[in-house]
Amino acid sequence: MSAAGFAPVVQQYLLQARQMQALSLAVHIPLVCFGIAFPALVLVAEWRHLRTGDPVYRTIARRWSKTMLTLFAVGVVTGTILSFELGMLWPGFMASFSDVFGLGFALEGFSFFLEAIFIGIYVYGWDRLSPRRHFLAGIPVAIAGVSGSLFVIAVNGWMNHPRGFRLSGGQAVDVHPWSALFGNSYFWHELVHMYFAGFIVTGFLVAGYYAWGYARGRWGRYERAALTIALSAAALAAPAQVVIGDWAARTIAKEQPVKLAALEGLSETTRGAPLHVLGWFDGKDVKYGIGVPKLLSILAFHDPNASVRGLDTVPPADRPPVNVVRFAFQTMVGIGTALALLGLLFVYVRVRRRRLPQSRWFYRAVVAAGPLAVVALIAGWVTTEVGRQPWIAYGVMRTEQAVTGAGGIPIGYGALAGIYLVLAAAVFWALRRLARVPLETEDAR
Amino acid sequence: MLADVPVAMIIVGLAAYLVLAGADFGAGFWTLAAGRGPQADEIRAFCRHAMGPVWEANHVWLIFVFVVAWTAYPVAFASIASSLAVPLFIAAVGIVLRGSAYALRGVVTAGRTLDRVFALSSMLTPFALGTVVGGIASGRVPVGNAGGDAITSWLNPTSILVGALTVAMCAYLAAVYLAADAARLDEADLVAAFRKRALASGLVGGAVALAGLLVVRTDAPHLWDGLTRGAGRAALAVSALGGVGTIALVVRRRFEPARASGALAVVAIIAGWAIAQRPFLLPGLTTAQAAADHTTLVALLVAAAFGALVLTPSLALLFGLVLRGRLDEAPPSPAPPAQPPAHPPSLPGRGVAALAVACLLSTVGFLVLAEPGWAHAVGIASLFGCVAATFVLVMAERPGPPRP
Ligand code: HDD
Ligand code: HEM
Ligand code: HEM
Repeated sequence: MSAAGFAPVVQQYLLQARQMQALSLAVHIPLVCFGIAFPALVLVAEWRHLRTGDPVYRTIARRWSKTMLTLFAVGVVTGTILSFELGMLWPGFMASFSDVFGLGFALEGFSFFLEAIFIGIYVYGWDRLSPRRHFLAGIPVAIAGVSGSLFVIAVNGWMNHPRGFRLSGGQAVDVHPWSALFGNSYFWHELVHMYFAGFIVTGFLVAGYYAWGYARGRWGRYERAALTIALSAAALAAPAQVVIGDWAARTIAKEQPVKLAALEGLSETTRGAPLHVLGWFDGKDVKYGIGVPKLLSILAFHDPNASVRGLDTVPPADRPPVNVVRFAFQTMVGIGTALALLGLLFVYVRVRRRRLPQSRWFYRAVVAAGPLAVVALIAGWVTTEVGRQPWIAYGVMRTEQAVTGAGGIPIGYGALAGIYLVLAAAVFWALRRLARVPLETEDAR
Repeated sequence: MLADVPVAMIIVGLAAYLVLAGADFGAGFWTLAAGRGPQADEIRAFCRHAMGPVWEANHVWLIFVFVVAWTAYPVAFASIASSLAVPLFIAAVGIVLRGSAYALRGVVTAGRTLDRVFALSSMLTPFALGTVVGGIASGRVPVGNAGGDAITSWLNPTSILVGALTVAMCAYLAAVYLAADAARLDEADLVAAFRKRALASGLVGGAVALAGLLVVRTDAPHLWDGLTRGAGRAALAVSALGGVGTIALVVRRRFEPARASGALAVVAIIAGWAIAQRPFLLPGLTTAQAAADHTTLVALLVAAAFGALVLTPSLALLFGLVLRGRLDEAPPSPAPPAQPPAHPPSLPGRGVAALAVACLLSTVGFLVLAEPGWAHAVGIASLFGCVAATFVLVMAERPGPPRP
């Protein structure tokens, strides 16, 4: 082994490279929420059909599975861009460390292989396979969507909490890939939080579509049944997400105190630290925010007088951009709280009254909830990823040591942004067409 | 040698990608070269159709190649990806456009623009990937962060040649496979159309390959040496035999064996390249020097073995169904009659509600209040239990006819 890490390069477009990476991720991640959650919802519908013989559930599963295939295809190609970008934009990172975390991506690859195989069988197999076999063919799709994201998130957990190697000449040696990825204390909260985010995003977006139809008089049995499945999933995941988010925050309080300080705009290490809602960090304090004394210490350490580390524990060059991270975090928590309340309301009405809510405002809120969930999702990732700055591998390698020395980043960034814009318009248009196919013809298609 | 095993995996992955996804790209090519008129429409529809259930699975081979490359040879991968960022980006854009156009095409019934985007990106991507291979094979990627020339590392005689050859091979494979599919479906017109195309593209591909050897001789002498000696020469000979054999089989309308021999011809070229370049990955960097830590290589092999265990039967199932026509478009089937419910829905009992509450309490105790890791694991399990039980409660409907 003679290879060493790459020599440093000068890259004037580091910011653009980061934005290009962020853009690509922000496009991929809402799509893959459908890869995580949609197969399970489709299977719930098909299971109900098998149990009750009610054809409406079969129609739901069938129509959803077509949408699922379309979104899967777009998820696959946007994921491919990401894989390419890891090497194109961050060669310094890959040269030094991809032997440590690469295993995660290899396992991810196998998962998506499985998903791609069975999604083909499932979606093209309606009417061709026996009902039981068809249902069984859907199960690997659901499992692989989850295991695939598990493996990628293991990589992200590693970037936030690198371990399982020694550095020598800028190169990772003495590598223990399994424990680096899966024996990592920074991994499980991310996985569970992302998993529930998948159900929140998918559930509210799908339910939002039917809630939109409700206002326009499309409110048959099909629509009600479909909305119930999607909304039940989202309405349960949303309150659970608050509990998991709390766990995530306690984990970063332990493992990445500087990130927590940035989330809360805490410049100095404080005993009995307060928590601020809203406001603006001016470099020292949170201005115009609503402060609650001692709450941060209580939430982070379950002790009103616990000492919370501030930004001053590291030199200024090692601090993330506080306002970006803080704003993203507050956006996520705000939306998350609202979605949780909406979810609890739905659960209450369903369980006590055994019917759907009847207020117009409820359905308007559900329409809004889908896009808001996507915003919360991206805000959450901005919290994690920008909060990790200036490190690409926390405490081990800086982003500027990782970036490519090649020119032309702004061109690539512009081109990608343009393509994604066109693509977004096209997908939106196609999904609308798909939804307009009249219900009766469905089984003849 | 352990350090060489990942190279073998990469070669297998590339070969599978070329033979499987390459044919999908080629099918895209033929939608462009279908001409006009009713038969052209039929050809286009047939091309699109053949890809249906398989293209996503075929595409994953490329991802496989990438992840193996960066896990096993970090420095080599990073040097290649940074030096050849331009063609890789072009290929990625092609993949995005193509995949999206295809996915959208399934939704709309007539889309000229989509067809065109699909066809053009089907040529762009294999060409760009071919230039990447050409850049590596002709030794134009030095070790280091974006050390190669941004343009000439992929726009050079060898790259252009390999790019063109890749497009030709994709078209050729696709024509052979499509002819075989058409024969299976007894579509005489389509058989004739694709047979003609298979012969034409086979001849063009062969000619490009021959011309290519001359280019390689002057542009990349070390590659030429490797290809004209020992095992490299044998691989080249196999490829030539496979190519000629396929043409003979197609002439005699023996399409199924032609599938295999066509694939063999293409795979042999990739093997020849790998042999010719051995033991160097990049100039001055051998596989042994580039290889990751021993533990990483072992982990990769374990993962691959496990993956093979799961994927081989799955792939066999998929291609078995496809080749037997089981996943072809179904004839319109009447909606199944609304059967009486097998199990009339009934309200869940109190036990489910009690379980939900118990799990909720346990979540609060173990996940929110407790600190140790094992407690969090219990807490998460409880949370899942709570959500699942409540889901049953929420989904439950009153027995009896649905209420408005
Ligand atoms: C639908 C989406 C969604 C919703 C409603 C919430 N989150 Fe979240 N959050 C995410 C989606 C998300 C995510 C999937 O985007 C992140 C990024 C990284 C991760 O693990 O999950 C995330 C990260 C994230 C982090 C940073 C973890 C890290 O850096 O490792 C914290 C502290 C929280 N969340 C806390 C919360 C709290 C207290 C919420 C409730 C009110 C909340 N989240 C709602
Ligand atoms: C939290 C982050 C991520 C999650 C949860 C996630 C999840 C998924 C899922 C579920 C799919 C299947 C396709 C779909 O369902 O639409 C997918 C596809 C893919 N993802 Fe991601 N992904 C994440 C980030 C990334 C990153 C960072 C990369 C690469 C660097 C990546 C690369 C890919 C690739 C290459 C595919 C396509 C696989 C195929 O060919 O089938 N993903 N991802
Ligand atoms: C699990 C998968 C993920 C991996 C492996 C990953 C990897 C990376 C890498 C390599 C970078 C560039 C280096 C850096 O800026 O530090 C980056 C930056 C970034 N990523 Fe992620 N990421 C993942 C998930 C996500 C998701 C899902 C989002 C959602 C939007 C996201 C948002 C961002 C942002 C905003 C940046 C830019 C940070 C900045 O400019 O300050 N990441 N990520």
